[in-house]
Parts: sequence; structure tokens; C-alpha cells
Amino acid sequence: MRCDVVVVGAGPGGSMAAKTAAERGMNVVLLEKRQEIGDPVRCAEGVSKARLSSMIKPDPRWIAAEVKGARLYAPDGSNVVMSEDKSGDEVGYVLERKIFDRALAMDAARAGARVMVKTRALDLLRANGSVKGIRAMRYGEIIDIEADVVIGADGVESKVGRWAGIDTALKPGDIEVCAQFLLYDKGIDDEYCEFFLGNELAPGGYVWSFPKGEHLANVGLGVIGSRSEPGAPVKLLRRFVERRMPEARIVEMVVGGVPVSGPIERTIADGVMLVGDAARQSDPITGGGILNAMQAGMIAGEVVADAVSSGDTGVEGLMAYEKRWRESIGKQIARHLDLKEFFIRLSDDDLNKLMHSIQSEDVSKMDLRGMLRVLIRLNPKMLWELRHLVM
Amino acid sequence: MITVNRYVCGYCGACVGVCPVCALELVETWLEVSDECIECGRCVRLCPTGALSLEEAQG
Ligand SMILES: Cc1cc2nc3c(=O)[nH]c(=O)nc-3n(C[C@H](O)[C@H](O)[C@H](O)COP(=O)(O)OP(=O)(O)OC[C@H]3O[C@@H](n4cnc5c(N)ncnc54)[C@H](O)[C@@H]3O)c2cc1C
Ligand code: SF4
Ligand code: SF4
Repeated sequence: MRCDVVVVGAGPGGSMAAKTAAERGMNVVLLEKRQEIGDPVRCAEGVSKARLSSMIKPDPRWIAAEVKGARLYAPDGSNVVMSEDKSGDEVGYVLERKIFDRALAMDAARAGARVMVKTRALDLLRANGSVKGIRAMRYGEIIDIEADVVIGADGVESKVGRWAGIDTALKPGDIEVCAQFLLYDKGIDDEYCEFFLGNELAPGGYVWSFPKGEHLANVGLGVIGSRSEPGAPVKLLRRFVERRMPEARIVEMVVGGVPVSGPIERTIADGVMLVGDAARQSDPITGGGILNAMQAGMIAGEVVADAVSSGDTGVEGLMAYEKRWRESIGKQIARHLDLKEFFIRLSDDDLNKLMHSIQSEDVSKMDLRGMLRVLIRLNPKMLWELRHLVM
Repeated sequence: MITVNRYVCGYCGACVGVCPVCALELVETWLEVSDECIECGRCVRLCPTGALSLEEAQG
């Protein structure tokens, strides 16, 4: 089989890349190793309304709920409320990703991409040292798919980059390891996404509750890998739910890992591009990665079409992708990496102090950066080393 | 040798992403371990469910 572009992984990043490239006249093959796209879910499903809507028309079929904002709790229970449009990339809609991921893959198919499920990429094909496509296993048989460019959108497990000589292996401090229950509990606030901070609750991470309507919510937590131990996320989550919502009815369990390494050194090689979690483009502070994956996928789709048309699919020809994602989503990812490195070192006392310091301020209309600016003004000693982030 | 407790594993792929030598592969719910494993223990520590263990080879 031969095509212009082969995309590995039909998550949000891969489907957007495939769709965008197909719309530009490319002959695209989109591979997904699972037999069901989007299932099982490894996500809390929160996204910002405005940013999502700038990329795709919201569809009630894949929106579980809309929230008014976010409530952020310090370890001692003191809290602040932020409005939905200011709370960052994870707050606004709570999606139904089983449906959402399929809808995006179908959009790619409608644009002309050939979607192949139950087809697992095994390695890059090479000829005379350069990349010539993908070797895959499809229903137990080996097939070769020749292509000018391979887009690796293969998520946290990504191997495409490694096959191309880009070391994307995540070190313990580069990953949040997570567990989540979809649960029903009368105490769930249907109107707010909630975030609970604390080293006891979730070392180097946080507990979240993202409502999905009628007192259902994704309640989960992430622990920074460097402070985790075998099975810790599941144990901590069970403890949280037993203590805070003993009556909860758990109807689904999710586990997973989110890259929080921040931008990797390079995301392109000759004939290869990495997109989304595969490129470690998820946000190091929130762990949100859906929208960044989609945006990077769109940029990759545009750049690959230009590169294939011009006949230069080497590093030079793909360089525009590297530049464009770093100039757009890359800046925030880099800033949030610095923030993460700082915040995972704070004690519960520090977190409580910070929260108390802003109780008298109106932060409801501030975004994360605005809030950080206020925090730095009120706690100059503790936060001195972060001042470059708000300049 | 790495052993996978398949009754516990949640087939999330976190271990695959952290393995420094690509010794792990997830096929739907089935986690494969290849002999490239260097027994560094990273995957064991990071597994969210505690499904992995590093056991001394017998004999
Ligand atoms: C517990 C948890 C909660 C999260 N909560 C949020 C949230 O609230 N908001 C948010 O924005 N983000 C969240 N994230 C992160 C978000 O899920 C990811 O950033 C997002 O899915 C990345 O999209 P992607 O397209 O890059 O990769 P993925 O969605 O991971 O898709 C990769 C696809 O590639 C396939 N694949 C892998 N290897 C191969 C292969 N060899 N051959 C063929 N196919 C392959 C996989 O099966 C998969 O379908 C969360 C993550 C976790 C684990
Ligand atoms: S990290 Fe643990 S739960 Fe996830 S796939 Fe690996 S062994 Fe299974
Ligand atoms: S022990 Fe180390 S080398 Fe072996 S599978 Fe786990 S992470 Fe990979």
C-alpha cells in the first residue's frame, strides 16, 4: 500500500492531523491499534469552551456537561472560585471522549483519510537510510504502508519518535500517574470543576472532580511519578472517595499516565513528525492535553501538505511545524513546566498560606497568570523565583 | 524478570511510555514484555495499579 502521509494513532491529535492533511488533498492513512477508537478512555474529559470551539463546532452528542467555573481547594479546605473562561484548558465542557474521539476520526474519514482500526504500527520502513513509511500488524498480518511522511500521534506510549531516534522515554519526574472513577454521588457539584491540592491527597499532583451531569463526575487524581510507588494512585483515590464521599457509586474505573515533561528537544526527524502526547505537548501543570494535541495536529496537517507538495519531506521541509507549535502552544507549555517544578516542592503549609493570602482578593475574573501575579505580589519571598513567569 | 498481574493491570500504557528500552508493548488489554528488559524497575514503580513486579529469575 502507498500513500502520502501515514498517521499512527487515532486520538484527537492524530485525527486532526489526518483530517487537515486530507482536506489539503493528501492521500492519508490513519492507523489505530485498538479495535474501538476512543475506548477505553484515559482522560478526565475537561476542555476550555472557547479554545475547543475555535477548532471544531461543539456537538451535543459528545458534550456531557458545561460548567460555570473551577473551584480550587488548599489542603485545609480554604478555596477560591475561578470563572469558566479564565480557568485554563481543562475547564468549560466535560466531554464524552468515547464519542468525541470517534467523531474526530469520522471527520478525518469524511475528509478522505483511510482509517484502519486494529492495525498496530510495528516499526518505520526505511530505504537507503531514509524513512519510507510504516510496517504494521493488521488482523495478525504484517503489512507495509509506504508514505512520504509518518506522523506519530501514538500518545503516552509513543514509539514512533524512538524509532526515529528521538528519545521520548519519560523519566519518573516527567509523568503524572493517574487513577479515576466515574461515580455517582449526591454531593457532586454539577456546576463546577473542582481541584483539591495536598501532598497527602496526591503528592505532586491534585485530585479533580469534573461533573458529567446529574451528580455523575470523573473523580480522579494524579501523582508525580518521582513520588509515586507501585499502585499508589489507585490506593490514594480509594482513600479519597471512602473519606469524602462514602456513599458514592462507582460505575467505571480509569488509569493512565500524562506526560508532564514539557517540550522535548525536537519533534521532527527526516520524514517523521510527532504530535500530541507523543510529542509530550500536554500541559505540565494541569495535565490537559486534548486541545494541544488537536492544535498541533492541525499545524502538522498543514505543514505536511506543503512539504509533500514541495517534495521536501526532510527536516528542512518539516521545520515549519516545529517552529509553529513552539511559537503557539509551546510558550505556555514551557512556562507551565517552570511552575510545575516549583509547585511540586511546596508543602501543605505553603499551599494553605498561598490560598489564605488571596482570600481577600477578587480572583474570579483572573486567569492563572493573573492569579499568579497577585500571589507573587502578596507572597514575594516564597514566590520570588517565579516572577519571570508573569513579566 | 518482570511479571504482569493481569487481574490487576488496567492496560493504560503508562509503563510503555516510561520504559527506557522499549521492552513493553500494549496490545488492547495485553501487556507484552520482551527480553530486551534490563530490569531497571521504572515501570514497576510508576504503574498506577501496582500490577507489575520484578522477580529474581529462578535457579
Ligand atoms: C487520567 C487522565 C486524565 C486526563 N484528563 C484530561 C483532561 O481533563 N483534559 C485534557 O485536555 N487532557 C486530559 N488528559 C490528557 C489527554 O487524555 C491526552 O493529552 C490526550 O488524549 C492526547 O491526545 P493524543 O491524540 O496525543 O493521544 P491519545 O489520545 O493517547 O491517542 C493515541 C492513540 O494512539 C494509539 N496507538 C498507540 N500506539 C500505536 C501503534 N503502535 N499503532 C497504532 N496506534 C497506536 C492509541 O491506541 C491511542 O488511541 C488526561 C489523561 C489522563 C491519563
Ligand atoms: S502501567 Fe500498570 S496498569 Fe498500566 S498497562 Fe502497565 S502494567 Fe498495566
Ligand atoms: S523493568 Fe525497566 S527495562 Fe524492564 S520493562 Fe520495566 S521499565 Fe522496561
